Amino acid sequence: MKILKNIIIFKILLFTILASPNVKSAEECFEKTSRAIFKFNMALDNIVLEPIAKGYNKLPSPVRTGTKNFTSNISTLLSIPNNVLQGNFKQVGHSVGSFAVNTTVGILGIFNPAEKMGLKPHKEDTGQTLATYGIGPGCYFVLPILGPTTARDSIGLLADTFIDPFAHVTLREKELFGASGSSLDYYTIKATGTVDFRAENDQNFESLEKNSIDLYSSLKSIYLQDRENKIKNSTDDVDEWGNLDN
Amino acid sequence: MKKISVYLVSLFFLFQSSAQAYSSDPKEFVHELVNEAISKLSDKNLDTEQKKEFIKEVALKNVDINALSLYTLGELRKSSEKEDILNFQKVFEKYFLKSLTSRLTDYSSSKFEIVGEDKKSSNYTIVSSKVIPKNGGPEIKIDWRIFTKNPEKPLIRDLIVEGLSLARTQKEEFASILSSNNNDIKILISKLEEFVNR
Repeated sequence: MKILKNIIIFKILLFTILASPNVKSAEECFEKTSRAIFKFNMALDNIVLEPIAKGYNKLPSPVRTGTKNFTSNISTLLSIPNNVLQGNFKQVGHSVGSFAVNTTVGILGIFNPAEKMGLKPHKEDTGQTLATYGIGPGCYFVLPILGPTTARDSIGLLADTFIDPFAHVTLREKELFGASGSSLDYYTIKATGTVDFRAENDQNFESLEKNSIDLYSSLKSIYLQDRENKIKNSTDDVDEWGNLDN
Repeated sequence: MKKISVYLVSLFFLFQSSAQAYSSDPKEFVHELVNEAISKLSDKNLDTEQKKEFIKEVALKNVDINALSLYTLGELRKSSEKEDILNFQKVFEKYFLKSLTSRLTDYSSSKFEIVGEDKKSSNYTIVSSKVIPKNGGPEIKIDWRIFTKNPEKPLIRDLIVEGLSLARTQKEEFASILSSNNNDIKILISKLEEFVNR
């Protein structure tokens, strides 16, 4: 009965997105609630994440690079099924090759020899895969702790935990090619990746906080631009200046 | 006395150097401008105020602040009163310069390289560059949207850092403020004034 209920909720959510593939990503689902959650997330960032990130930034550069490589190597696993689902087999080769080389020669991913060999996998998740199927972003909202998202990306986030081989081994505690783990491993790696990202962008966050009139909107714009770039696998700017005649 | 003379000498060099015109070729223009900025901002003989003055002068001469202000206003630029737009442009310039100086005076030493250029139309060229921080951080890709309508005087209209357009981010921030305030440009102007005066 519970499974049936979940399927119905999932179908309603999916229908909401599929029924509105052309909804502009800037449209909000429930802005007031999102702004309240955003305030909570910012407070949490000030109290917990920012101090940890500042401490992390004091670590020697090779330690930070090793940590970044390690978490990034694990996150490559999610790109493999997503590249298959997108039919991008060249990228499947890059992802598999990069993970295999870095896990072995790169000592569990601490080093990144794959990059020197020309293996540069694009990071792909289920939200990006759904986008390549023509599904629009749907409306924008903010999740507690996890931050900005869209209707499509939030479903993608949930689906990621089902198709990510690392989540399969850790979160679902299933064995895969003899590898096993626990949910603690999953959350530890995700938390480390978050700290690394926050630390790397510490100055950018400070500058944005200092110079924004409406920080919520600035971060929303940055999130949506970043997702667009990841979906088209390019950072080429779309010309929006054409109609400015001067 | 010695302090005053050092200050005057550095001020002389500052104005002499920033008075120089950069190349009209978009790629060379960015290359010359950034290299001069790097040399000034990493100069330990200049204090923060001198660096701020330098940034302001370079920005006023080489960034198309008026066009940028109109772009960030979105569709409202077509329906607003002329006087409101002029007031908006005035305060936007102050806002832009304040925000720019606060970002750049904290500059840490980096290596800058031009990667290439892409002529989009007779009006626009995108100059691609990368910044390699000397502290070992990851390299940053920066694209410069150069307005070339007057081929003799290229102007910067946007910076796209790792695919994130600063102009678009600004435009969407303003759009959000406007949409929660009945699209009233006067409220946006007052919010910008608040920022400038704080």
